[in-house]
Amino acid sequence: MKVAFELQTYKSEIKPTWCPGCGDFAVLNALQKAIHALQLEPWNVLLVSGIGCSSNLPHFLSTYGFHAIHGRAIPVATGAKLANPDLHVIVTGGDGDGYGIGLGHFIHAMRRNLDITYIVMNNEIYGLTTGQASPTSEKGMKTKSTPNVGVIENPLNPITLAISAGATFVARTFSGDVKQMADLVQKGIDHKGFSLIDALSPCVTYNKVNTYDFFRQRVYDLQKEGHDPMDVKAAFAKAIEWPTVQQERIPIGLFYRAEGVPTYEELEPGLAKGPPVRQPLGIENPDELMAEFL
Amino acid sequence: MPKRDLAFRIGGAAGDGVSSTAESFAKICARSGLHTRTYSSYQSVIRGGHVWTQVRGGLDPIRSHGEDPDVLIVLNQQTMDIHQGDIPEGGAIIFDPENVKPEPKKIRPDVRMIGIPLRRKAQTISPNALVRNTVALGAAVTLFDMDFRHVESAFRDIWGDKKAEVVQQNIEAAKLGAGAVSESGGSLLLGLTYTNVPRHLMTGNEAICLGALAAGCKFLAQYPMTPASSIMHWMAAHAPKYGIVVKQVEDELAAMNMAIGAGHAGVRAMTATSGGGFSLMVEALGQGGMTETPVVVVLVQRSGPSTGLPTKTEQGDLNLALGAGQGDWPRAILAPRNSEECFVLMTKAFNLADIYQTPVIVMSDLYLSEGYRTVDPFDFNVPILRGMMAADGGTAKEYKRYLLTESGVSPRSIPGMKGYQYIAGSDEHDEAGVLISDILAGVPEYVELRKRMMEKRMRKLDGLRKDTPPPERWGPSDADITLVLWGSTQGAAREAAARVEEREGFHVNTVEFPTLFPFHRDEALALLKAAKTTLSIEGNFTGQFTRLLRAETGYAPDHFFGKYDGEPFQAREIAAKILEVVA
Repeated sequence: MKVAFELQTYKSEIKPTWCPGCGDFAVLNALQKAIHALQLEPWNVLLVSGIGCSSNLPHFLSTYGFHAIHGRAIPVATGAKLANPDLHVIVTGGDGDGYGIGLGHFIHAMRRNLDITYIVMNNEIYGLTTGQASPTSEKGMKTKSTPNVGVIENPLNPITLAISAGATFVARTFSGDVKQMADLVQKGIDHKGFSLIDALSPCVTYNKVNTYDFFRQRVYDLQKEGHDPMDVKAAFAKAIEWPTVQQERIPIGLFYRAEGVPTYEELEPGLAKGPPVRQPLGIENPDELMAEFL
Repeated sequence: MPKRDLAFRIGGAAGDGVSSTAESFAKICARSGLHTRTYSSYQSVIRGGHVWTQVRGGLDPIRSHGEDPDVLIVLNQQTMDIHQGDIPEGGAIIFDPENVKPEPKKIRPDVRMIGIPLRRKAQTISPNALVRNTVALGAAVTLFDMDFRHVESAFRDIWGDKKAEVVQQNIEAAKLGAGAVSESGGSLLLGLTYTNVPRHLMTGNEAICLGALAAGCKFLAQYPMTPASSIMHWMAAHAPKYGIVVKQVEDELAAMNMAIGAGHAGVRAMTATSGGGFSLMVEALGQGGMTETPVVVVLVQRSGPSTGLPTKTEQGDLNLALGAGQGDWPRAILAPRNSEECFVLMTKAFNLADIYQTPVIVMSDLYLSEGYRTVDPFDFNVPILRGMMAADGGTAKEYKRYLLTESGVSPRSIPGMKGYQYIAGSDEHDEAGVLISDILAGVPEYVELRKRMMEKRMRKLDGLRKDTPPPERWGPSDADITLVLWGSTQGAAREAAARVEEREGFHVNTVEFPTLFPFHRDEALALLKAAKTTLSIEGNFTGQFTRLLRAETGYAPDHFFGKYDGEPFQAREIAAKILEVVA
């Protein structure tokens, strides 16, 4: 099949600086495959990221990008999407960025059901700052910041959080399975509404617990076991399996999808005239406006 | 000499309808053709406490909300206790003798005590307790000899055609108040002749909103915080009609970052807050400076530190605005001195943000932003300058978003423009936007490049200095004393200057700074060196602007008058300070 954009079109000349073996390479590949499969015009894609190893990702693609400050990728993306809803806005980042410092924005973005895709490269550790505990680190895990008895907080479960907060597409994938990952990213971008893709992306340098082998031994594909993502109760039941209830089996795949939920853009009265970026500037009838004050 | 102005005050508890009655009176003044200003003293409570509002109207332009009111409406005992001594000879106090007792010793001679059973009279018309205010309002309007049709039109504004019955009840109630005054000696005979040509009446925040609209603002994200919230309220109400996205968001971090995201995507975007919220925005603001994203932030100051006095005014956030964000990045800080300038400087702020691709801060304060003022109609025919954009026909490989230029400004592209893709980075980057913060940091050629990228961004300050309004002198060139000021202090300071000149014969002028940063060093020095003696007046403790002035010019004002009690400057206290210095 002849396509307008080759896969190569989406790659920038900048080579990733991630450690060899980093799970984020798989996410980069999957994302490139997904936007290639969707044949998105590179100039109509805006990748927004925060701070952390994974937040460097936008530099490795040829689309527009905004590499924001720590934890604030989602609000930057929200502003951009509302200014120009015609853009395909994809947010990438890590578990510290999205589930730690940026957690408030994550929840509120899902409440809004804005039509954006959020890919979290979840490695259960802080990599760029050289190995401190993250909000998804396992209980008991010893890190530089928890050297004595390990993490004593419970790990955050982004999947249950996302379903309850109003995300309308909630998936988990694993860097060991690029094919499934690319497929879910593509579906997430195609989905109308907020899509979360929690990508288990091992940190080969600082997380010696949650390794590729750790995940390979535990993951199973929800769809292969007949899970129906349209069933919200079943989605919650699957979502709490790991890490909330047990540590032995980790479901990956599509947990939840809601169809027909209006997006934020559809409900926003300020967008009724069309994308703000294309509206004329200035006021046509100033007398009418001033008359309000007489 | 016949009186050329009037002042009215109403006081009670929160929930007594003080501010809505005062707003009605302000409208009546504006529709009578008076130049009008209001000041509300209120508290951070929904019920109880002590609140009062003053409305001043003048046949000539007036510069402040005035001092002692000609007429005081007393809605509770506390109001009587606090305010009864403020009414000048020839004035009047309207109160309900069935629940409030005056203390005659505290009241000045020749003040008319107009006791009206407000509650009882109101109850003959409506069970709504607030109708008693309307009885008192009718009495006040009669004392001032104002045209009763403005009372009726003010009520129609509030309740509209849908509640014609309520309008009628209130008109009847106001007539009861008018009748009570007629029976007890009639009007105060102040001798004011009203033109009855209506004037436009609005708050400073509304003027800020109109400036944003005129400039083509299409995006506002904000978190509620007194005294900036009414910006969001007005914009939200007008958003659908003018195609603006207005969002109340989860916090100020989100508000600032969303505005930057919207600015990056190509719309004119803003946020507004007070000092507490601004404190949360500073990291994102620096991100705007680093990514070279146009954005406007309105900082409406209130009394700090910390939660401070949420409903009181201050000019205490200049250091915060000057130092917001880690590292050095170019910014402009504009400070409107009055409602007209709120409008004009907002239109200017959006142009500067676009032309220089950097955040612009507009600093107002509670006194300016929440008070009502009459204004002449604004000129909406303002230039809209979007700045340097990437030209058609380029390619992403050749395009350099952060091209090193003499002005420091680089051609901008906007997501959606084919062939100009780039990554805006909060990390240090090269001309193309490629990070030089990780593997390239410290490599000799990138050490040099980092320096050049910093210099490029900071060169914008030269242009910003040229394009921002310089300090200006008001009053005679040869004065005995020069007042140095910024922001809303203008009104009371100019009134004090005129008063001292008229009553004491001293010549007073002012040097005023509509731009706080970049600092206009040469213009400031030229004006200040010509001064005999200078008195710097600021609404804060440490003299934040005075220190900035000295840091930028080496010039130290001779005297300093700082006010940090939460109340706005009054002409009489500035006049007293002037006399202390010159007499």
